[in-house]
Amino acid sequence: MTQANQVKTEGASRFALSRAVPDAHPYSAHLEYVLRLADSALILGQRLSEWCGHAPVLEEELALANIALDLIGQSRLLLTHAGGVEGARRDEDQLAFLRAEREYRNVTLVELPNGDFGQTVLRNFLFAAFQRSLWEALLASRDAELAAIAEKSLKETRYHLRHSAEWVVRLGDGSAESHARMQSALDYLWPYTTELFTEDAVDQQVAAAALGIAWSSLEPAWRACVLPVLTQAKLAPPGRSAFASHGKLGRHSEHLGHLLAEMQHLQRAFPGARW
Amino acid sequence: MLTEAQAWELLQQVPDPELPAVSVCELGIVREVRAAPDGVTVIVTPTYSGCPATDMIQNAIREALRDAGAGRVSVETRLSPAWTSDWISAEARAKLRAHGIAPPQAAAGEAWQPLPFVAPRAPSCPRCGARETTRVSEFGSTACKALYRCVRCCEPFEYFKPV
Repeated sequence: MTQANQVKTEGASRFALSRAVPDAHPYSAHLEYVLRLADSALILGQRLSEWCGHAPVLEEELALANIALDLIGQSRLLLTHAGGVEGARRDEDQLAFLRAEREYRNVTLVELPNGDFGQTVLRNFLFAAFQRSLWEALLASRDAELAAIAEKSLKETRYHLRHSAEWVVRLGDGSAESHARMQSALDYLWPYTTELFTEDAVDQQVAAAALGIAWSSLEPAWRACVLPVLTQAKLAPPGRSAFASHGKLGRHSEHLGHLLAEMQHLQRAFPGARW
Repeated sequence: MLTEAQAWELLQQVPDPELPAVSVCELGIVREVRAAPDGVTVIVTPTYSGCPATDMIQNAIREALRDAGAGRVSVETRLSPAWTSDWISAEARAKLRAHGIAPPQAAAGEAWQPLPFVAPRAPSCPRCGARETTRVSEFGSTACKALYRCVRCCEPFEYFKPV
């Protein structure tokens, strides 16, 4: 896409990000950064909650619901913090229920449909491994609130990672059918992991201010965690492709709008409804 | 007006909604109580981010102190240091065991790695005391518990996860 085209397609949204002109960000880099964390946790939590009542066995029903709750809990803390950073008196609910698709900053990976159970746990694994290295790095953030949220979330993410890694190996190195499904899930999900480590102006500014870590620098730790598990699972990641997703810039796949329509419909239909 | 000691005493009676055998103080959720002439401030550290009991606990704390005439009660959340199961008191551990829930082992130094799968140290059976137990599920009925089964008496039981 040429830059002119990019500007044209983004121009429709006043919240769109232009990577070329970081000063034009309607959100500060700090706020962008916190929203990327908050929205990624929230959207994956919402996705996982779709498994309620559908998981293959009771134990996994509990596990997926628990992981969803942890992620939504993390996003509540992060959204509350984002509201404070923004300073516009928006609370967690307003940020979760009253922002449009283009204002969401989650990585595209987490908004993709669940697929089958194997694809769900594989995505959980890829994302938990990312979150773990992120939380560990954020313990040193100068943003004390963010460091505190990281300290708390790290304990939960370790459980998510262990749970999902065990399933990846069990299914990847399982029957011919489960192996084939896991390999095709990996082929589908892998290109979306590139976005996790694509550096941009937000990362640079936040890292320069020691408020956060540039996500690109987490790639070696992430690969060191992910690749041995995939090897043991007899799964091979596909080669690098030119494909790039841009969810954290607010440019999402076709799937996020549908997810938000379900998640937000009550507050959209009855603004301010409480119970 | 309440003194800090009185407030602590009242909070010792506030049960955890999901583990009614133990109080929110014994679980280490209540970190600090400050009494002032016009009211009481309670500092709490929530257990898991996604624990649905968090709001209920805060409401129960407010109610208990208000009913006792504390005046204005404010409950503040402190995230750091993060809650750890090591804060659960010895009395609470005994109560959990009596309730059929294996109390957490020391969280400090809990080895963690994705591979090779080193199973977390298994708890002893809270019923028969046998050391041979197997994990049924990493996640249980609440965020803080896992599901285990005793190899000797064959009974399933819940294990309070060390975090």
